[in-house]
Amino acid sequence: MKMVTPLGRARGLGSARTGAHHWWLERLTSVSTLILFIWFIVALFRLPAYDHSTIVQWLSQPLAAVPMILLIASTFWHLKLGLLVVIEDYEHGSLRLLLVILVNFLAALGAALAIFSVVKIALTGSAE
Amino acid sequence: MHRNPARPLSPHLTIWRWGAAMAVSILHRVTGAGLATVGALALVWWLVAAASGGEAYARFAGWASWKWALLFWVPLTWAFWQHTLSGLRHFVMDVGAGFELRTNRLWAWLVMVFAVLFTALTWAAIFFWKLV
Repeated sequence: MKMVTPLGRARGLGSARTGAHHWWLERLTSVSTLILFIWFIVALFRLPAYDHSTIVQWLSQPLAAVPMILLIASTFWHLKLGLLVVIEDYEHGSLRLLLVILVNFLAALGAALAIFSVVKIALTGSAE
Repeated sequence: MHRNPARPLSPHLTIWRWGAAMAVSILHRVTGAGLATVGALALVWWLVAAASGGEAYARFAGWASWKWALLFWVPLTWAFWQHTLSGLRHFVMDVGAGFELRTNRLWAWLVMVFAVLFTALTWAAIFFWKLV
């Protein structure tokens, strides 16, 4: 074990060139999520009813299913990045790795469930 | 990072006087975490129910339109507006603007006031069009 401080070890190496990557993705996905949620809210307000057949009929249209899939991808990406920042800020112990893994897995699970559901509705239409 | 627990930490939340910017920052995290967990769960439940058939959808709709579910939907709506407006404030600050003390405080207050206002307007619109 070398007697070097963390600063001493990093000094002179230059940047890893990925420092702003997380920050940038958080902003990028916040813009796309905002645009898609404006679409989503307007679309919900324009629907005549909210029963099963209306929702299925609506989501079976390409111009509803595709923005919905993009909304899910964008939202879950954004929420994963956000939750990771919160965990990294407050949790420094051995729990941290577990929580980071959990957030990654659960975000993927939620997004997959939601996207598959939209795809199923879009491809099978009004089939019960 | 190794930290000697015997050494004091820098002053944290308990020692600062509350300010609007601090409140907005904390609310951004709290509402973000809320939307990311229970909000996302509601979205997934809605879509999975819709894809699973009429019976599953009726179970979701029955819960969602239950009158006490408003205690879930109204705070969720507020969280959405608070996080969205606060996020827009972050964009302004990302370009380096709005850091003057008075401007910063004004914007922080506007975010909180308009979040409540937009929540009220959203629900007024829902009830006005008899959507529920």
